[in-house]
Amino acid sequence: MITKRIIPCLDVKNGRVVKGINFLNTVDVDDPSSLASYYTDSGADELVFYDITASAEGRKLFTDFLARTAEKVFIPLTVGGGIESTADFERVLSCGADKVSVNSGGFKNPSLFKEAAMLYGNQCVVLSVDVKRVNGSFRVFVKGGREDTGVDALEWIKKCVSDGAGEVVVNSIDTDGVKKGFDIELLSRVVDLVNVPVIASGGAGSAEDFIELFEKVPGISAGLAASVFHRKEVLIPDLKKKMAENGIPARI
Amino acid sequence: MIAVIDYGVGNLFSLACSLKAIGSDSVVTNDKKVIANAEGIILPGVGAFGDAALKLKESGLGDVIKEEAARGKKLLGICLGMQLLFEKSYEYGCHEGLGLLKGSVRPLSELITGKLLIPHMGWNSLEITKNSPIFRETRNGAFMYFVHSYAAVPEDGSLAAYCGYGGKITAAVSKDNVFGCQFHPEKSGREGLAILNAFIKA
Repeated sequence: MITKRIIPCLDVKNGRVVKGINFLNTVDVDDPSSLASYYTDSGADELVFYDITASAEGRKLFTDFLARTAEKVFIPLTVGGGIESTADFERVLSCGADKVSVNSGGFKNPSLFKEAAMLYGNQCVVLSVDVKRVNGSFRVFVKGGREDTGVDALEWIKKCVSDGAGEVVVNSIDTDGVKKGFDIELLSRVVDLVNVPVIASGGAGSAEDFIELFEKVPGISAGLAASVFHRKEVLIPDLKKKMAENGIPARI
Repeated sequence: MIAVIDYGVGNLFSLACSLKAIGSDSVVTNDKKVIANAEGIILPGVGAFGDAALKLKESGLGDVIKEEAARGKKLLGICLGMQLLFEKSYEYGCHEGLGLLKGSVRPLSELITGKLLIPHMGWNSLEITKNSPIFRETRNGAFMYFVHSYAAVPEDGSLAAYCGYGGKITAAVSKDNVFGCQFHPEKSGREGLAILNAFIKA
């Protein structure tokens, strides 16, 4: 039986993992790839890296880090951050990424989903979308959640999937950082809308939040989180055990 | 030495790294002499069947693989590489494969029942049906990482493991010196590496 995936997300700046890593005192945080090994050993089903660097030098450091990680971490790796062209796809895929996540690049380059799906297959192309409620409707935000595009999120998701996105990461700005659970309402709408895997992001504060997600949104494929894992507020082995106890298929 | 066939289909970075990690002496190559001198062959592949089959045919690598397999050399097909071992595929038309195993490749949409996502993407557990050398270090129920929209339907008893996804979907095949896995052992953590390791030692 196919399992529900648990995915830690790591922000990388200038080749270093940032945000919350100081809480992970058991690993050598100077070496980001050992952090990746730590998560792999604790049972993560996949890893997501967001490159939050702006400079070209930083991008090079990121791909060096990615290649070093992919040399010793043998689970699927998704990479996002600053992906605006198929050249960006090529740059990270050649260093060991399995999937590439496109966020605001989809607005800057409207043909990117089609082009990338044609070249690398839908399974390789991930839509990452930041969503916030505005006047009762769901809107797409870009620039790290600061800018309202005015575009309806459900319409946008539907369009990107029909253009070739083979997976969707939905990050709810409304629940992100609040740690009171995932955005069940939004996620339910999205899984009903598309027939590709949907990954929930934003709001996880405890193992129970993941259980609630998988129980209330049975169509969801995975739960993604950052700080609750980095701060060890949720340990992946414990979470997987709780999932199994609640009858949710988990890779243990 | 293991020859990983480089025929311009998919990214071989992870596979090369995983073979290195288990201490295998392997080389990514399209050199027919190197392939002929190798102890074993791995045929990887991601993408469309028709395009990959054409590349194997036009490069002559398909014939080399068939000759070497006929001589008894061990061969492992991974993902699309496994599908290419079969006679034909119904992915966008009908395309001829290497024909080393009897059977065909069909769309998952025809093979599964129920409302399930396609591609079949994620971790699924193996139900091992045959005592194959590639499973020497693998427990029944081990989780492997799958990404595919088509699946093989073997006809000559080569099925070695299936996984449950709206039916019994071929996960691995094994017949004499010819092996294949639909999942990606190079992306399936330690349990995936164990399968590669068992193939190297087979």
